[in-house]
Amino acid sequence: MIKFLLIVNRRGQPRVKKYYENFKQSAVYEAEVIKKCFLRGPSECNFFDHQSARIVYRKYGNICFITGISEDENELGIWEFIHNIVETLTEYFKEVREIDIMLNIDRVTMILDEMIANGRIIESTQSRILAPIYVMDQAVGK
Amino acid sequence: MPAVKGDGMRGLAVFISDIRNCKSKEAEEKRINKELANIRSKFRSDKTLDGYQKKKYVCKLVFIFLLGHDIDFGHMEAVNLLSSNKYTEKQIGYLFISVLVSASSDLMKLVIQSIKNDLASRNPVHITLALQCIANIGNKEMADAFGQEIPKLLVSGDTIDSVKQSAALCLLKLIRNSPDAIAMSEWSSRIIHLLNDQNMGVVTAAMSLLETLAKRNPDEYKGCITLAVSRLSRIVTSSYTDLQDYTYYFVPAPWLSVKLLHLLQNYPPSVIVEDAGVKNRLTECIETILNKAQEAPKSKKVQHSNAKNAVLFEAINLIIHMDCDANLLVRACNQLGQFLQHRETNLRYLALESMCLLATSEFSHDTVKKHQETVITSLKTERDVSVRQRAVDLLYAMCDRTNVQEIVSEMLTYLEMADYSIREEMVLKVAILAEKYAVDYTWYVDTILNLIRVAGDYVSEEVWYRVIQIVINRDDVQGYAAKTVFEALQAPACHENMVKVGGYILGEFGNLIAGDPRSSPATQFHLLHSKFHLCSGPTRQLLLSTYIKFVNLFGEIKPEIQEVLKNENNTRNADVEIQQRSIEYLQLSKTATTDVLATVLEEMPPFQERESSILAKLKKKRPDKVNVNLDRHPSSSPILPNATAQKTQEQMMANQSSPVNGGGTSDLLGLSTSPPAEHGANPSSYSGVLIDVLGDLGGDASKNSFSAAAAGGGDSVASGAGGGIDLLAGTVCPEDTFNKFITKNNGILFENDLIQIGIKCEFRQNLGRLCLFYGNKTSFTFVGFLPEIEPDESLTSSLQIQMVPVDVTVEGGAQKQQVINIQCASDFTNIPTLTLHFQYSSVPQKFQMKLPVMLNKFMEAAQMDSSQFFQRWKILSQPGQESQKICKAQNPFNADAIKAKLLGFGLSVLEGIDPHPDNFVSAGIIHTSSHQIGCLLRLEPNKQVQMYRLTIRASKDGAAKRLCDLLETQF
Repeated sequence: MIKFLLIVNRRGQPRVKKYYENFKQSAVYEAEVIKKCFLRGPSECNFFDHQSARIVYRKYGNICFITGISEDENELGIWEFIHNIVETLTEYFKEVREIDIMLNIDRVTMILDEMIANGRIIESTQSRILAPIYVMDQAVGK
Repeated sequence: MPAVKGDGMRGLAVFISDIRNCKSKEAEEKRINKELANIRSKFRSDKTLDGYQKKKYVCKLVFIFLLGHDIDFGHMEAVNLLSSNKYTEKQIGYLFISVLVSASSDLMKLVIQSIKNDLASRNPVHITLALQCIANIGNKEMADAFGQEIPKLLVSGDTIDSVKQSAALCLLKLIRNSPDAIAMSEWSSRIIHLLNDQNMGVVTAAMSLLETLAKRNPDEYKGCITLAVSRLSRIVTSSYTDLQDYTYYFVPAPWLSVKLLHLLQNYPPSVIVEDAGVKNRLTECIETILNKAQEAPKSKKVQHSNAKNAVLFEAINLIIHMDCDANLLVRACNQLGQFLQHRETNLRYLALESMCLLATSEFSHDTVKKHQETVITSLKTERDVSVRQRAVDLLYAMCDRTNVQEIVSEMLTYLEMADYSIREEMVLKVAILAEKYAVDYTWYVDTILNLIRVAGDYVSEEVWYRVIQIVINRDDVQGYAAKTVFEALQAPACHENMVKVGGYILGEFGNLIAGDPRSSPATQFHLLHSKFHLCSGPTRQLLLSTYIKFVNLFGEIKPEIQEVLKNENNTRNADVEIQQRSIEYLQLSKTATTDVLATVLEEMPPFQERESSILAKLKKKRPDKVNVNLDRHPSSSPILPNATAQKTQEQMMANQSSPVNGGGTSDLLGLSTSPPAEHGANPSSYSGVLIDVLGDLGGDASKNSFSAAAAGGGDSVASGAGGGIDLLAGTVCPEDTFNKFITKNNGILFENDLIQIGIKCEFRQNLGRLCLFYGNKTSFTFVGFLPEIEPDESLTSSLQIQMVPVDVTVEGGAQKQQVINIQCASDFTNIPTLTLHFQYSSVPQKFQMKLPVMLNKFMEAAQMDSSQFFQRWKILSQPGQESQKICKAQNPFNADAIKAKLLGFGLSVLEGIDPHPDNFVSAGIIHTSSHQIGCLLRLEPNKQVQMYRLTIRASKDGAAKRLCDLLETQF
């Protein structure tokens, strides 16, 4: 299962934090994980163990997605799921930049909630993830 | 400015861009504090805020919180937003609640009420929001409030799919947090059938729930295996167009497939393949997945191959879990072999990791070995340390006697340039492999010395203790070892650990190479002493011990050594241990006669063989990664019997630490008779020094008795530091363990480091059957395994005991079962004793334990009404027929527990006979083949003073007293 998901900007500041199953960690822990991810070069693999979690991360331009998963979770599956998240966000925002995430933190959270709950993947199909959000946008009249 | 989705909150957008424009942390802090003050005043002011404003401010608070600041207000406003009818307001409210309201907050009642309203609404978006909130918080209160409703929502036909998905995850959270609040059993079959749901999203969500439930209660959810396999089969055989939007880059439902494959891994292989149809279908699925990996990709996109490989790896995990189909295992292994050279680092990493598991399966071990070259290459060329670490793990796992020399030499080469972070672990691994698969000992000694040369700093005590233990225990390698260390010490700079090993080995076996003029006694001494000044305290202490051994071995260099001992640097050293040793050794060399010296400084006796201490250390370091290949070939035991760490080390410690007092020989000899426990009891250990005079002495004295014990196989006479350390310890089953069995029939009768004995008893009337389970906890075979019942004259007439003979050997890790049949001829008092003899590593062991066969075991409960009871009670009024005890209660008064004890004792519990509700009245009949004994009991607890009065009357003289004695210990 997924223990946490962080969306971090280029300077290493977390913009979105989602913790699942009471895996709340200190800011120091986050900082360590983020630093380790940033220190790793492109030739290094995207998984490593940090304390009790296995970290799977993926970098997109200025934004880095970092997840901590449990031992029995499928690393490659999560790694690709991060991409699925990015594609879904792109579909909704047309372009995903740090500022879009910051300004629409509620929508980002909603999209993530549609995709992951309790640290489990619940939905992977873009159209279905976005349907309730579009419903909401329409109701607001925008 | 970029667009804000939804109804744009301009104020929020401005605030966010302000924050982003802040140049420094302080500026950001200032801006946030200003905003917090603003929001606080807005919330406090009398002017009522409309929904939009509330939403805006609450949203800002969430944002500030996400920036890492504490928020201590605004909760009430957020809860107010929940009752809004506007989606966005409600949603921001829930967002705030989910991230900021702790589960124990006072507001929870209000939140729960709002959720209730939303669940009752017909609007699916509202319901979903409410469910997501439950899924985020999911505390006990919520479980109580919604535990009934959510399962209904989940399985109902009316619920729309997205709500079902949320409900599944919501339920999962509630079950995890408060498993008792929700009764799931009535829903189990309907939840399993969600696997057949039309909508793949619902299946995906249900899978997570199902997996948790199946983990918790495998039997109840066993039905999911069949459904999961057929669902999986439908997915993998479908063409990518069948699943419409659940196809991800031409891979059909990758994440769902992963979950299905993962679910199956929760069941033991035997359960999965129970049904031949299911088994075939699953094999087909896995083969299809493996075949697809070989086909040309349907898309060049990396997403396609990633998703496909995610499924593939999960399938391989399942193959490894099942570990039964050799064909599949070999195919998996070949597939991973291809990945080892893939250009994606991620795949190489995962392939190495999975292959590690394959190496432990007997079916695929040999196939894994084919990839040895590739793995070694990746160890050398891989740029990522975590991948190299996996390569080391895999080499360790694939190692066996055929390839050990090559693998160890490669690992040694790599060690020279390995990352510091993994060196210590590698050293341990090399040491273990070298020992475990050593073909000959000279190679082993060479390897360890090389190890010290290459990575001396990372060689822990366990490693060099171990090489010394082995050299001492194997006399065929001692000469070679002495020669090799002598040569190694000639290097201009050598590691301190090398000096320690060298010092110790030359001290013991230097005489074996003294004949060669190149390594004459004087040369040996000078060589060692040239290192003396460069070494730390503990090493110097060890070297001093070596010198005194030289005095014994080579009389001709005695004056020279005495000079060194006399040196003020030693006799007045700040290190008190060095001071003491040099003074005492000097005295010893001066006063003791040659004979005494020879006795005091005789060769070390062999160490008792136990599990390797290195292994224990590695286990501590990487608990999950070690077992990999240790239990793979239980039949082929390593040539060196492993030896237990702690004990041997303790023994070494004991040797080192014993204070050398006085220096007078008589004193030393007097101490030598002290039992090993005393040595162990004062481990004021000085790390690093292996031995001193007393250690030698104790060892020596014990050597004789040790060998006597080993040869005679006698009654644990062995005592002394050298052997048989725990021969006497714990030989008799402790009394309180035994008392447990008075009211119980099953349990662990005896347990120590070597053996565990479980027992299961059945009694019927005057017959009893005991099943004993002897579990060998070590990795070595016990031989001469002989359990027998101690003859007891008082029992022969009353109990007939018949033992079914049991095999004389018990393999390491195995369990043997023995049945004992017992017939009770008349009542008895004594308890039969079982004596167990066996040899462990050729050291005789003897344990004694009482068998839980007591008079009350042959008792059967009797029912009667109050008039019968009192009538019989009155009849049994002879003096010998009654026994009464007044005792202090050992446990707090608990009616149910007492009742359970009485029933376990074999009595009935008769209700409504005694006028006082707290009292207990019972009856039972003891069956023997000659007669029956009726028993009546009355138990009167007094809660205030924590005492109870126990009265038993029985129809036969003495029986009441016996039962009373047995029962009084129980309350």
